[in-house]
Amino acid sequence: MSGLAEGAVLGRLEEAPRPLKRPKARRGNWGVAFYSIVILVLLLIPIGYTIVFSFNIPARTNVSWRGFSLDNWATLLSDPRVVAAFGSSILVGVAATLVAAALGTAIAIALVRFRFRFRTGLTLLLFLPMATPEVVLGSGLGSQFLNIGVDKGIATTIIAHIMFCISFVVITVRARVASLDPAIEEAGRDLYATPGQVWWRITFPLLLPGIVAAALLSFALSFDDFIITAFVSGNFETFPKYIYTAAVRAIPAQANVFASIIFLLAIVVVLASQFSAAARRRQLAREG
Amino acid sequence: MAFGAFSNVDAPVVEAPRRRSRAAFWLLLPGIAYLGATYLAPLVSLIITSLKAPDLVNYDIGRYLYAFDIGNYATVLGEYWPIILRSFEYAAIATVAALLISYPLAYFIGVVLRRYPLWQALALILVIAPFFMSFLLRTLAWKAIFADEGPVVGFLQHLNILGANAHLNGTPFMVIFGLTYNFIPFMALPIYTSLERLDLRLLEAGADLYANPASTFFRVTLPLSLPGVVSGTLLTFIPATGDYVNASPQFLGSTQTTMIGNVISDTYFNLSDYPSSAALSIVLMVLILIPVGIYLSLTKTEDLL
Repeated sequence: MSGLAEGAVLGRLEEAPRPLKRPKARRGNWGVAFYSIVILVLLLIPIGYTIVFSFNIPARTNVSWRGFSLDNWATLLSDPRVVAAFGSSILVGVAATLVAAALGTAIAIALVRFRFRFRTGLTLLLFLPMATPEVVLGSGLGSQFLNIGVDKGIATTIIAHIMFCISFVVITVRARVASLDPAIEEAGRDLYATPGQVWWRITFPLLLPGIVAAALLSFALSFDDFIITAFVSGNFETFPKYIYTAAVRAIPAQANVFASIIFLLAIVVVLASQFSAAARRRQLAREG
Repeated sequence: MAFGAFSNVDAPVVEAPRRRSRAAFWLLLPGIAYLGATYLAPLVSLIITSLKAPDLVNYDIGRYLYAFDIGNYATVLGEYWPIILRSFEYAAIATVAALLISYPLAYFIGVVLRRYPLWQALALILVIAPFFMSFLLRTLAWKAIFADEGPVVGFLQHLNILGANAHLNGTPFMVIFGLTYNFIPFMALPIYTSLERLDLRLLEAGADLYANPASTFFRVTLPLSLPGVVSGTLLTFIPATGDYVNASPQFLGSTQTTMIGNVISDTYFNLSDYPSSAALSIVLMVLILIPVGIYLSLTKTEDLL
């Protein structure tokens, strides 16, 4: 075991003493462990499949394995339609994430810090978009754009994506706001900091890990959304929309390459945030 | 709480001195106004659309007039009730399967791995990993793996479990398999969040009071993880009922496995029959909110967020 893990384990041992030997429970744990590893492997099979087939020798279809090659990665930008669809999804994802993160963070702060009327109604309004099937959200927004005569395209797609991301931002950032001690901000105000300084130099940096997690989640939801996008995007093509259309004929291996790149990037970001959190915990444990 | 796994809540929760303020109003206004315009208004729009009637004078495909035609509901219910029933059946089976698969996994990560934080973090990353790989490509990967010439069908035929002409793609089994697979992370994460907070000393107390492991589980662990189970079940059942990717013939389904989402999208895109599509959406929404409401009142989980 590495020093990192030991530090964290020791930190936890202080709270709860290690239980006495319980052989029965331990045998059960091995069963659960084996079962869980099987499930985790199953979860990863389609991901592995998609990445492996990005290295397939190119041909008209990308269904059967012909052998290892780097051609698809080298000719990544050769299919203009895949590239355009990928770029569109990145653009929509970033725009929707920025707006949803701002709107959602404001709601999260208000929910934790203030008392106000219609709280139950507000909670319900935040919960409902997550409890509504995507086809209903999509056909609803689609009908609305149709009824008021708005042309569907990139703008309507971003509008829709912001909507379904807000609730997820609220629940993720709220936990972070709840763990933030208001006394720190109080201290800032006592030292004559302006509200802007308090926000940018105290509140925002402390909320940042929560906001980053929420942004990552928003981007993942937006980037991967197909059902709602189908109803609100008109002729505007996102990456999932392209895959859905291409699935009728054959999906070029470049799509696998793009999906693999996004996947590996996201995993790197997640790993980095986990390691920095672990390092912070270790530092806290050392300072006692 | 649904995605609590993403937020590293390690500091204790501090209760703020709650106060009334105009600041709260200005913090809430933009987001709430946005949801009002893009969530509530479209629902009203759906109801209006669902009551429209075709323009019989200047008839054109996709052209409908404002009316109060409740008959649209009778038509879609009469025509599509077997498909509605099938959607709920598939979603219910997939939800139960995802719960049975995810609970031990969440227990393993949240309780067993608690003493090994690095392994715990790694396992969590593996659970959320599918979120970062295109859902459509993952579903197509299963389609290829379960294809007639693929490894799984060949193996099962070799064992004589499947007949020579049998196939898996396009069957209800495959659609439910796809739904279950897709929603395992949505089920596992909230349950993990509940179990992660479980005080292990309660389990020891149970053992000290001569409870066997099974009764400790059913009387201590399970009730304490119930909020996560409720949250995960909703996050699986609701989207699964409306899903139309898994059931579509291009992916894991066939014309025999059509779900309500397929009908909503077909009537909307292929037939431009917006009133029927809207009426079906309203029916789906109401039919989902009824069991969800009953379920929530039975399990008494008020704080959903």
